[in-house]
Amino acid sequence: MNDIASKVLKGDPRSVARLITLAENSSPEAAGAMKDIHLHTGDAHVIGITGVMGSGKSTLICELTREYRKQGLEVGIIAIDPTSPFSGGALLGDRIRMMELATDNGVFIRSMGTRGMLGGLTTAVYDVVEILDAAGKDIVIVETVGVGQAEVDVIKIADTTIVVLVPGLGDSIQTIKAGVMEIADIYVVNKADRSGVEQTLAEVESLVDIACTNKDRKTPVLTTVAKENKGVVELIDEINKHKKYLKKSKMFEVQRRKRYEAELVEIIRKRLMNFIFDESKFKGKIESLIDQISNKELDPYTAADEILGKILR
Amino acid sequence: MERKIRVLIAKPGLDGHDRGAKIVARALRDAGMEVVYTGLHQTAEMIVETAVQEDVDVIGLSLLSGAHMTLFMDVTRLLKGKDMEDVLVVGGGVIPEEDIPKLKKAGIAGVFGPGTRIEDIVEFVRKNVKR
Repeated sequence: MNDIASKVLKGDPRSVARLITLAENSSPEAAGAMKDIHLHTGDAHVIGITGVMGSGKSTLICELTREYRKQGLEVGIIAIDPTSPFSGGALLGDRIRMMELATDNGVFIRSMGTRGMLGGLTTAVYDVVEILDAAGKDIVIVETVGVGQAEVDVIKIADTTIVVLVPGLGDSIQTIKAGVMEIADIYVVNKADRSGVEQTLAEVESLVDIACTNKDRKTPVLTTVAKENKGVVELIDEINKHKKYLKKSKMFEVQRRKRYEAELVEIIRKRLMNFIFDESKFKGKIESLIDQISNKELDPYTAADEILGKILR
Repeated sequence: MERKIRVLIAKPGLDGHDRGAKIVARALRDAGMEVVYTGLHQTAEMIVETAVQEDVDVIGLSLLSGAHMTLFMDVTRLLKGKDMEDVLVVGGGVIPEEDIPKLKKAGIAGVFGPGTRIEDIVEFVRKNVKR
């Protein structure tokens, strides 16, 4: 077996971190290790946590992790922040709220930039979930960027998706109806000590009543005050109930299948894009095609046919 | 796929002045780097553990309270113990000239006091990244 893969399976943090970097950079060394670890994955419960900026996701994750640690479980956290489309850089600040976990070796936290991917996640997130799973984490928490209406990719990867809201969003609940408000397995109204919490609860609950078509399960709506560790144990209860429900209803396999489909699509997409746009074989051709399009000597569809024709032959 | 330089900006000890650290963090982000910012009151252990998990290429330590000789050296010592001397370590804040040679000997590759131009820090990091 690949050397770095066997160290990852033993849970060695340096190797876990290294493999994450290799996978994120699409290094050729990553593929070998990822192939070796895949058979050792599948046990971790993947929790996706999404919500608007400032809803307290990171603090909530910190408290959830502390509770899981009390139960003797190991936790991996992937904290995603936006990459600047201009500089390509990113300020990854979610960790600030989780620094008390920094020296607990049952917790592994990795901060990642979106690196151009839309949807709230990052391209390598599937790899990182598998790596943390293979390294022995019982729970893997994926924190998306602060979302608006369309960042719903989290459902592709999570077994349980939690949408975090705060009181006083009011009209915002109306505006984020589509997309983000459809994906929750559990709603959490955090910062529930703020005024407006009853109104927010009422709005979410009425949304659940209208939208919920599932006769077997009504989407729960909880309140928390994460920074005071209130409501966290109840949230874990609901997560566990959801996991049992998934297993009982066979939705678990359906969910996992969607995740593997998304993962396969992403790997193929990345490889294709690298092949077409990064390998020198096509680079010159592409530049010349773009020039021809700019000079109105060619249209983009014909140009695409030229490139794809060479690949798909 | 273009590799990004990953930087950890940390404030060890009890010093609460984080404006400089935040300015450097933002400048490095604007230079295309991924910057993990951990905030205030970090111990050397927390900083090094974070550096391991985040697989950073660079650690930037900011300290204005005068405890740099102990705290900066704690970090470099821990890094050495973990065989992580390929991580570039730089420091900034209020650091007297006479302490700089000792810090450099202990593994702090660059010391950037008040008045340093941001572009010089960015350039230094780009040029001296080892990994």
